[in-house]
Amino acid sequence: MSRSSKKGPYVEERLMRRIQQMNEAGQKQMIKTWSRSSVIFPEMVGHTIAVHDGRKHVPVFISESMVGHKLGEFAPTRVFRGHAGSDRVRMR
Amino acid sequence: MARIAGINIPLNKRAEIGLTYIYGVGRSTANRVLTDAGVGPDTYVKDLTEDEVRRLRERVDDLLVEGDLRRERSQNVKRLMEIGSYKGLRHRRGLPVNGQRTKTNARTRKGPKRGSAAGGGKRKIRKH
Repeated sequence: MSRSSKKGPYVEERLMRRIQQMNEAGQKQMIKTWSRSSVIFPEMVGHTIAVHDGRKHVPVFISESMVGHKLGEFAPTRVFRGHAGSDRVRMR
Repeated sequence: MARIAGINIPLNKRAEIGLTYIYGVGRSTANRVLTDAGVGPDTYVKDLTEDEVRRLRERVDDLLVEGDLRRERSQNVKRLMEIGSYKGLRHRRGLPVNGQRTKTNARTRKGPKRGSAAGGGKRKIRKH
């Protein structure tokens, strides 16, 4: 079931507060976040957000066309290195 | 011969079915178009009068069909690939996009089976 539109899109409050602070101060700094489920807001465009992928923070530069997607979509949690014994693995 | 939405020429079928030959028109859209145009869904395409064809054409022109629809679809996919989203990565690799299992099945996206022992030809995967 999808989220009630009454609530609006989900975004971690802490993250949004920091973005707004930075927008007011007119500065740009990388923000680390673990909140992969936060929706990208128009306010975030132009910032670089380091999204946790379970191991490290992946820097994601937010562009306009990313608005409405979630942060986690841009930080893959799995790295596929190929199957054992396949040609493509041996090439490495 | 009835030409609706550019290139489509469905003929020896009932209007309801004939319209579905247009890319972007399925059974329910076809029925809606026919009701709006006041044409019975059971009339054969070849029996349609000039006027009926004109009315159908007008209704179909308002819909997003054929080339325009294809373009919009591929643009949506392209956008996903360009912004580097997970869905875009799946499109690039030709794997299912909506979280389906890939241990088995997923043959529509992955193409024909390529056995490792049989040494079947490898399907080219698009890389970007």
